[in-house]
Amino acid sequence: MKVLVCVKRVLDPQVKARVKADGSGVDLANAKMTMNPFDENALEEALRMREAGTVEEIVVVSVGGGKTEETLRHGLAMGADRAIQVVTDDSLEPLAIAKVLKQVTEQESAGLVICGKQAIDDDSNQTTQMLSALLGWSQATFASEIKIEGEQASVTREVDAGLETIQVKMPAVMSADLRLNEPRYVKLPDVMKAKRKPMDKIELDSLGLDTANRLTTLQVDEPEGRAAGVIVNNVGELVEKLRNEAKVI
Amino acid sequence: MSNLVIVEHDNNEVGLPTLNAVTAARQIGGDIDLLVAGENCAIVAEAAAKIAGVSSVKLADDAKFGHHLAENLASLIVELASGYSHVLASATTFGKNVMPRAAALLDVAQISDIVEVKSEDTFVRPIYAGNALATVQSSDAIKVITVRTIKFEAAATEGGSASVESIGGGSDSGLSSWVSQAVSDGDQVDLASAKIVISGGRGMQSGDNFSMLHSVADKLGAAVGASRAAVDSGFVPNEFQVGQTGKVIAPDLYIAVGISGAIQHLAGMKESKVIVAINNDSEAPIFQVADYGLVADLFEAVPELDAAL
Repeated sequence: MKVLVCVKRVLDPQVKARVKADGSGVDLANAKMTMNPFDENALEEALRMREAGTVEEIVVVSVGGGKTEETLRHGLAMGADRAIQVVTDDSLEPLAIAKVLKQVTEQESAGLVICGKQAIDDDSNQTTQMLSALLGWSQATFASEIKIEGEQASVTREVDAGLETIQVKMPAVMSADLRLNEPRYVKLPDVMKAKRKPMDKIELDSLGLDTANRLTTLQVDEPEGRAAGVIVNNVGELVEKLRNEAKVI
Repeated sequence: MSNLVIVEHDNNEVGLPTLNAVTAARQIGGDIDLLVAGENCAIVAEAAAKIAGVSSVKLADDAKFGHHLAENLASLIVELASGYSHVLASATTFGKNVMPRAAALLDVAQISDIVEVKSEDTFVRPIYAGNALATVQSSDAIKVITVRTIKFEAAATEGGSASVESIGGGSDSGLSSWVSQAVSDGDQVDLASAKIVISGGRGMQSGDNFSMLHSVADKLGAAVGASRAAVDSGFVPNEFQVGQTGKVIAPDLYIAVGISGAIQHLAGMKESKVIVAINNDSEAPIFQVADYGLVADLFEAVPELDAAL
């Protein structure tokens, strides 16, 4: 089976996003960028499947401009076999991304697609579900455990109430939650090896898809900050303040 | 304008997050219909009909909706959506799972996690773990929306007298089936709706040490939460997680114990009315958002707090 793993280049999760003074967006100039953390979980799971013999080939795919290649190279260094960059300088919404990924999935005849559950930049949490819908495949989101058993897969999902286990027919689209696995660290020889792995580039325009955005961002604001608090000296003072000043206990 | 709100429920009771989604629909304006899709869930539809401001309740009572599988439920939502300008659900794991699937089948964008209704087509939503707020305008004929519950008051559960209409429709995809659900201890106070929450982080060092927090929580009628670090370390199960990718909560009082205050954790709790941080590292970022900070060893401070209550 061939697995497609969808990855996104995002602002490093340890870096606090700064809103541009003119309210046009978030300032990413010179900011440290990484692979979306959930996408690393998705790729790690695919790698483990290949190690277990259920998967033969892993293709990482991403949609974006110039430096998207770096993120794909990271995926190759983690162990993916091939990479596909769908090249565009536009910032596509999840619905458009799902349309692109559908086409790539079909071209590649992949039997499984795994994405991260949510990109930590736009926090949309949509692409997996949309891709699954457009393909007409089964959907398993927020996975913390995946067991492929022939034509079926058993997936444990992280839901608000706890853990839910569902059985899905293959082929399927799944999204990885953080506790699915611990992504491996990339070693220097892997980085060198990744440079020689195949990277296909497809121009977005050549796909002939309607990828127009449906949402217009009118403004991006910084949220109101919290006023500075006080440091209390001991538990007694804390309890006194919570009772008499904040009146919350 | 007309709104369809997808009711989150367990075939027994209306889920509390739905009440916040109803309020968002009221702010958009126009009629509000509710969809109760499930199995043997007429009792849910009856309760939903009493929610203030609701025009009608559509009840789709069928085994294929029993466990709210995304494929089946989305097919029903898509059939109903053409009659509405807005389709809403709460931004819980229920809404996040099914709504984007329905949106894609309708060929419309989803507007995730709205925190404010500016007008019928313009909404505010947090991005970058809540470090920026984007105001977005939708050009789609049907707006599919998930609602961040903490930013909308809950609609009253009494006062409405909507009609209940049984409907058919939707298809059984046969693609997936429900196997089991492991829910946490039923005695716990619900984290998402608790007035007081006490959370532990990596500093707790072990799952056993969370008993200290449970003891304080019992005295305060509080729920217990955790940072991602604590969940990843296996101290507590995933449903305890507060943060960007866990639960986003806004209790009256949030007590962070042994939590450093990573960006993704702050995203889940910084809207709390009063924040207390207990941490032995005075440089921890959590102190920057705390109303009351206590620089102390939690293994001394928490038992002391317990004794003082």
